[in-house]
Amino acid sequence: MKNKNVIEVENLSKFFGDFAAVNNISFQVKAGEIFGFLGANGAGKTTAMKMLIGISSPTSGKATVAGFDVYKEAESIKKNIGYMSQKFALYDDLTVKENITFFGGIYGLSKKQIDLKRCELVEELGLQEVTNSLVASLPLGWKQKLAFSVSLLHEPKIVFLDEPTGGVDPITRRQFWEMIYKAAHNGTTIFVTTHYMDEAEYCDRVSIMVNGKIEALDTPKKLKEHYKTDTMNDVFLKLARG
Amino acid sequence: MGITVSNISKSYGKVTALSAISFDVKPGELFGLIGPDGAGKTTLFRILTTLLIADKGQATVAGYDVLNDYKSIRNSVGYMPGRFSLYQDLTVEENLNFFATIFGTTIEENYDLVKDIYVQIEPFKNRRAGKLSGGMKQKLALSCALIHKPKVLFLDEPTTGVDPVSRKEFWEMLKRLQEKGITILVSTPYMDEAALCDRIALIQDGKILEIDTPNAIVSHFPKPLYNINADNMYGLIASLTKYEHTYSIFPFGEFVHYTDKRDSMDKESLKAYLESQGLTDIHIEETQPTIEDTFMELAK
Repeated sequence: MKNKNVIEVENLSKFFGDFAAVNNISFQVKAGEIFGFLGANGAGKTTAMKMLIGISSPTSGKATVAGFDVYKEAESIKKNIGYMSQKFALYDDLTVKENITFFGGIYGLSKKQIDLKRCELVEELGLQEVTNSLVASLPLGWKQKLAFSVSLLHEPKIVFLDEPTGGVDPITRRQFWEMIYKAAHNGTTIFVTTHYMDEAEYCDRVSIMVNGKIEALDTPKKLKEHYKTDTMNDVFLKLARG
Repeated sequence: MGITVSNISKSYGKVTALSAISFDVKPGELFGLIGPDGAGKTTLFRILTTLLIADKGQATVAGYDVLNDYKSIRNSVGYMPGRFSLYQDLTVEENLNFFATIFGTTIEENYDLVKDIYVQIEPFKNRRAGKLSGGMKQKLALSCALIHKPKVLFLDEPTTGVDPVSRKEFWEMLKRLQEKGITILVSTPYMDEAALCDRIALIQDGKILEIDTPNAIVSHFPKPLYNINADNMYGLIASLTKYEHTYSIFPFGEFVHYTDKRDSMDKESLKAYLESQGLTDIHIEETQPTIEDTFMELAK
């Protein structure tokens, strides 16, 4: 299972006019892997991620996600992945229950499946008291944990997490990562961006983008050895400073 | 001339944002408010910058009372809110000029103070602020907050969502501003930035957990702390969670930070237990706590 690639990217580029936001990147992600996608602001992470989730067409190169081609099968990609970002995840003016029902519906689950998933999810996150509360009233950490669970409702092969833990308190941040480990343990592939370098250490492998290119890609351990540093933070500083 | 905060409370309806907060910031100090989203940091900033009135308590900024002398405070402080609040449809230069003018000064008069920061965005001075990248917006916002030469600078989460390289550069800029005699109150959710402040207040749920220098806060950690790693992180966390002697476990980069309930912890028996759980390649060694460890211990 772990040997199968669920993301394959080959010489992928995206130009805006003359500007190469993503410049000829290549990498593979294996099933069940936690893959950290790092880079400075403006390095091209978001542009690359948008191509992989099927909402932006590449200028050149090849990529498949969950076996689907990013040019021709973007709609199939969207059905087979989960996505959550810090900026947008859930509807604040819907209740917890309504959000779960809404996203379950969007992902094409039956009413029965939605009811079952909702009970499981509410139980697991301990949200019994707040199922009928507006999401706006929940603490950020709860929202993020709920958003992650919602992104897994349709049991996607891959889940894309765009800075899922920004601003979250340190305890909740760790609980969030325990959920990520669990999902990966159950075979879901995790593709995650973060600015917390300790979180980079939690990944099986990490890529670091600099000015549209992938400058490094390996396990955190090997990256630290290669750049002769003790922490991923120092690896990042060495690379991103150029 | 710094900041004094005495028993400040603020509620929004039933929600208590700040609950009897007290602390002082000395003149020229770089003071950090460290806490997650929803801790009450922004409410406190808004009270100190006279944009919000507290329900209870007193506060002064640069020697002025936040209620009675609010106009003097507004002339004496620079404020960089968490959300980008410059004029998106004015250019970089127009924004800076605007802020200089409303404070009765000019860019030229205080150019020295903002020079370090402003030179980095000056090549884009004719670009509209709305079209800047995140890092450039942050630099422009800081320039605008400084252009009237404030005595006290308030920075509300200036580095949230900013990558580690830009965060490092931003803190280097803060240190230089501090050397120019400006008192700085800065908030951040990044615990690693706390170590760069003179003193910090750890804040959560509207209450201050502790105030001290970063070194002192770390030294208050109550128990020996151990780094543990093994071949399988998920299995390691699951096994330690079940272990009868576990006091706390938190994933920390490539390790798990572990504290033991007992007064003296027995490494060998812990290792044997982990092996019995099917883990291999187990390493256990004592390590130094960080501010994040202390925060989590206090917030438990």
